[in-house]
Amino acid sequence: MTTLSLTAARTWARLPRRHVPVLATGFLLLVLYGVGVSQYRAFSGVQVVFNVFIDNGFLLVVAVGMTFVILTGGIDLSVGSVVAMTAMVSAFLLEKGTPAALVLLVALLIGPTLGFLMGCVIHFFDIQPFIVTLAGMFFARGMCTFISGSSIPITDGFWTRMSQARIGNPSGNFVSVSVLIAFAVVVVAGYVLAYTRLGRNVYAIGGNAQSALLMGLPVGRTRIAVYTISGLCAAVGGILLSFYTLSGAPLIAVGMELDVIAAVVIGGTVLTGGSGYVFGTVLGVLVLGVIQTLITFDGSLNSWWTKIVIGGLLFAFILLQRLIGIRYK
Amino acid sequence: MTGTRSGFRALTTHRLFWPVAVLVVLLAANTIHRPGFLSVQLRDGHLYGSLVDIVRLSAPLILVALGMTLVIATGGIDLSVGSLCAISGAIACLYISRQPDQNSLGGVLTALALGLGVALVLGAWNGVLVAVIGIQPIIATLILMVAGRGLAQLITEGQILTINSDPYKAIGVGHLLTLPLAIFIALAAALLIAAVTRRTALGLIVESVGGNARASRLAGIRSGRVTFLVYVISAACAAVAGFMMTANVSSADGNAAGLWVELDAILAVVIGGTSLAGGRFSLGGTILGALLIQTLTTTVYAMNISPQTSLLFKAVVVIAVCLIQAPGFRARFARRRPAAVPVVTAPEQPKEQVPA
Repeated sequence: MTTLSLTAARTWARLPRRHVPVLATGFLLLVLYGVGVSQYRAFSGVQVVFNVFIDNGFLLVVAVGMTFVILTGGIDLSVGSVVAMTAMVSAFLLEKGTPAALVLLVALLIGPTLGFLMGCVIHFFDIQPFIVTLAGMFFARGMCTFISGSSIPITDGFWTRMSQARIGNPSGNFVSVSVLIAFAVVVVAGYVLAYTRLGRNVYAIGGNAQSALLMGLPVGRTRIAVYTISGLCAAVGGILLSFYTLSGAPLIAVGMELDVIAAVVIGGTVLTGGSGYVFGTVLGVLVLGVIQTLITFDGSLNSWWTKIVIGGLLFAFILLQRLIGIRYK
Repeated sequence: MTGTRSGFRALTTHRLFWPVAVLVVLLAANTIHRPGFLSVQLRDGHLYGSLVDIVRLSAPLILVALGMTLVIATGGIDLSVGSLCAISGAIACLYISRQPDQNSLGGVLTALALGLGVALVLGAWNGVLVAVIGIQPIIATLILMVAGRGLAQLITEGQILTINSDPYKAIGVGHLLTLPLAIFIALAAALLIAAVTRRTALGLIVESVGGNARASRLAGIRSGRVTFLVYVISAACAAVAGFMMTANVSSADGNAAGLWVELDAILAVVIGGTSLAGGRFSLGGTILGALLIQTLTTTVYAMNISPQTSLLFKAVVVIAVCLIQAPGFRARFARRRPAAVPVVTAPEQPKEQVPA
């Protein structure tokens, strides 16, 4: 902790304060990885790093969508359920013999549609995002069990090919298709936030929605857009998850919205909006992934330690953001 | 004519009109589906019937929602209540399972005290984060929501901890004066909170902090202390609810106990007419909201629909209730009628400084 504050103090002179959380996350990631490498010989293998990406590709995509929402100062609790619903709908349609291309199209449309509707309710009726997306979460999760009470396996050729494809040296290190898709999403999202009008509007609304409105920025359109984007990312995440598990299950991804929010916060995005980066979110997801890997490598620790550690990290990062004086309320 | 019409409008614009209306519709639908639904029988000195069941099953939710009402009234939110239920239940069950005689009343009381004590400490942790460090409530309590489930599973070592203790079981399924004991516990908590908030200045102080924390501080109210207090109260309510949930099934499951209860509780509070923005609360409305949610759940079960699918109906109810209560929605769809400005009868402001 002392080293952390020292590094932070030295870089303060040159770096804007809002970069400190991202740097801290990067530092934490290096420390965690260092601990892994020093404790376990197998940890230093390149494939271990690749596996972190393979196991968390869908989480990364969903977290990127959530970053947009949180940057505007909102929150989207529906993502976990939308991921599950997308996987469920895909599995159901494929079981009924629908062509894969059509299934993909339908699956990719559901999430953004729901997100768009939630965005409209949030904007036009001025109801808190928290409660609207909560209803969206209930709706999507209810739809999952409505479709089927038990898990549906996917045997479709396209899905199995996507699931088993190993990109890279077939005998050596490899990544999955999901990782490439996740990277594409990250690059596009990073570009949109940094260099487009939409990105600028997102930051402006998060900074102060009132000012943004007075400046003539399209607050309503942007707000609806971010929930649509989050819905789209959740839908893509759902498809990646169905590649990963080759099934749709009604209780899959329960509580995923919390992991996603945690990843975004640990990645340095401020929950009141206006400050944060997609790159930080990538680091946040990696931190969660490395913790999971560490706990798996250890073997004696149980999976619930993951939750406790994530809770502790959330606390540490919120406190850090608070201490370095990023506007927090 | 005008008198009855304005009376009707006063009725339909009353805060609790729509929740009551939905509750009546649900009960009516149940009665049509199963004519014996409303009947209550006296058997072996206990009252039995669907209505009694609904009230008994909603007791934990009522408890959690009461605590949540105060938190929301200060403009905050407590997401950690579900985890707190799991933790308090797990601690109580763990202690009882270690006793040589699980039926000893002293042992059970100690277990309850332990569970409650830990919950109070965790509530204080939430309170410190929000009131002292100044972290947004939704995030401050998110920490415990995530980590708390881990803690609960740590306590039960990831197993479902089964106990066999009659005194503990009584909290969930015991009877008193022909009615389930759980009803009395929820009622006692409701009366206690109502007495403290409505017979003393605390309720007023809570509302003023929710209305504007800074202004209240300038007016001499120690708003930090009030904020801290409501999170501790919320944790205590959650702990008792956790005892009830685990007593109902005589086992503690760190993963499932109290799952999603925070969402149901927030829903109950919102249905009850308390604004999520804070500044005003209605304990009666919250209890009504909790009963409505439990009736909805029971109805869905009675119609042979899977429990998970009941979320679909909850989603519809949440959106419907929120839309009806949203000023934006009302303005859009009630424009033809002369807008009835809801007159908020603010309680008389105390002239002297209120010691908080």
